[in-house]
Amino acid sequence: MTAPTSIPPPPNNTRRRILGIIAAAPLLLPTMGLTLQNRPATRPIPSSGEPLPLVGLGSWITFNVGNDKAARDASAEVMRNFFQAGGRLIDSSPMYGSAQEVIGYGLKKIGRPAELFAADKVWISGGDEGGNQMEESRRHWGIPRFDLLQVHNLLSWQAHLPTLFAMKASGQLRYVGITTSHGRRHGEMEQIMKAEPLDFIQLTYNLYDREAEQRLLPLALARGIAVIVNRPFQQGDLLRRLARHPLPSWAAEIDCSSWAQFALKFIISHPAVSCAIPATTRVAHVLENVGAATGRLPDKPMRARMAAFADGL
Amino acid sequence: MTECWSYSLRDLLLFSPRTYYRLFELYNIELWPLQLLFLALGAAILLLWRRRSELAGRALAAIIALCWLWVAWAYLSQRYASINWAANYYALAFALEAVLLLWLGVVRGRLTLAPVGSVRQRIGLGLFVFAWLCFPLIGPLLGRSWPQAEIFGMAPDPTALATLGILLLCGVRPLWWLFPIPVAWCLISGATLWAMDSPDFLVAPLGALLAIGIASSSRVLKSS
Repeated sequence: MTAPTSIPPPPNNTRRRILGIIAAAPLLLPTMGLTLQNRPATRPIPSSGEPLPLVGLGSWITFNVGNDKAARDASAEVMRNFFQAGGRLIDSSPMYGSAQEVIGYGLKKIGRPAELFAADKVWISGGDEGGNQMEESRRHWGIPRFDLLQVHNLLSWQAHLPTLFAMKASGQLRYVGITTSHGRRHGEMEQIMKAEPLDFIQLTYNLYDREAEQRLLPLALARGIAVIVNRPFQQGDLLRRLARHPLPSWAAEIDCSSWAQFALKFIISHPAVSCAIPATTRVAHVLENVGAATGRLPDKPMRARMAAFADGL
Repeated sequence: MTECWSYSLRDLLLFSPRTYYRLFELYNIELWPLQLLFLALGAAILLLWRRRSELAGRALAAIIALCWLWVAWAYLSQRYASINWAANYYALAFALEAVLLLWLGVVRGRLTLAPVGSVRQRIGLGLFVFAWLCFPLIGPLLGRSWPQAEIFGMAPDPTALATLGILLLCGVRPLWWLFPIPVAWCLISGATLWAMDSPDFLVAPLGALLAIGIASSSRVLKSS
């Protein structure tokens, strides 16, 4: 047997390759279909139509690792896998200790993916210092501009929102939002949603914290405001509570393989929800989380069944 | 402001227990063998206390003040502040305690040393020895690694407890100006550990409350 020698390319090579691809298409399609099917589902941001994957990445506690290089590298790996799995939105805040710097470290290490949707917050009393804080946050991330800036916990929102809208008008920012958590200040958030041209709100919504279903989520749908959901697992308490019980067999009907996916699919199947932002330090968990946005999502009767089941545990 | 009270301590915790204890681990590894110097300073404090001269009292106050300054800068400001923005305020409080120790103890010589003759002083001596020699063992005994040990003079909890012990040991009357910051720190630290579900969360608060209680009732408890 002789070693293969260099064979001159046949004439009309390009044409042969194209014909080859067409001939092989029936064989390739299942693979391509599988790949596409495994990308997370998206929902358009109402104010722009831009598609956003239904699962993002939070940074509360998990990315606040200070100057610990090993932990920073682990966070970067979580981010790398998040993007490779099809994720886009990462959310942080100046309140979260070193999380912004760790995100910046991770983005630099993995080469800032073009898909990144950078969401951060302004969290300071009074409007005067807001600009400085947002600029400092941007430097921590190491990005030219944020996609979304939100007023954290409605702190001094009257002072910050005009600044954010001005930044959006001048092209320094793409979207403006407000946040709350733990179900607090929903009444005030509702008033702001009615009065201001917001692109996003962020609030707590999960299998056990469902108050937002009553007024805020319907209002967001009606006003065309995208919704980011924080505390999808109640900082782990929800999963610890569910983990004491076996996953119901009917969870397979919505392609759930874990309680985390069960909890996330419940959230992201609400038509008003644009993105849930679970936080994690583990690659396996971030893949599991993004995986919740693949496969079948529960319809309205199934969502009611999921909530009733969780309430009964 | 009323909504602040609706948050639980766990809601306000900015970091994970793993990150918190890893901070001590990296701190100790980076500064080794400085721990030996601080442990030696603990022995020096006991030797100075035994000499009971005015100069020894001033030297003892200077050593404790140095420990508070070191914790303020090396631990709270340089390390803890990287995961907790409130740590810079804690660092200022620790620096203030150092200034108070320098003023009252070194400049005015109010840290007078006396032999153990009262319950207050015995408990003070016990509290100091506990903070100096036993506190570093708590973490390893609870399953944390040795590099995560918290050492007097380097970590805030044993430094605060040891200071309270010295304050009980010294002087005829307690130097009340020096109590609030270490006691407040012990309560804050206990709350932090409780939010992290650390089993040793009661150690520092109980030590602080014991010191306050004993200092307040020292006349009643004074032995014959």
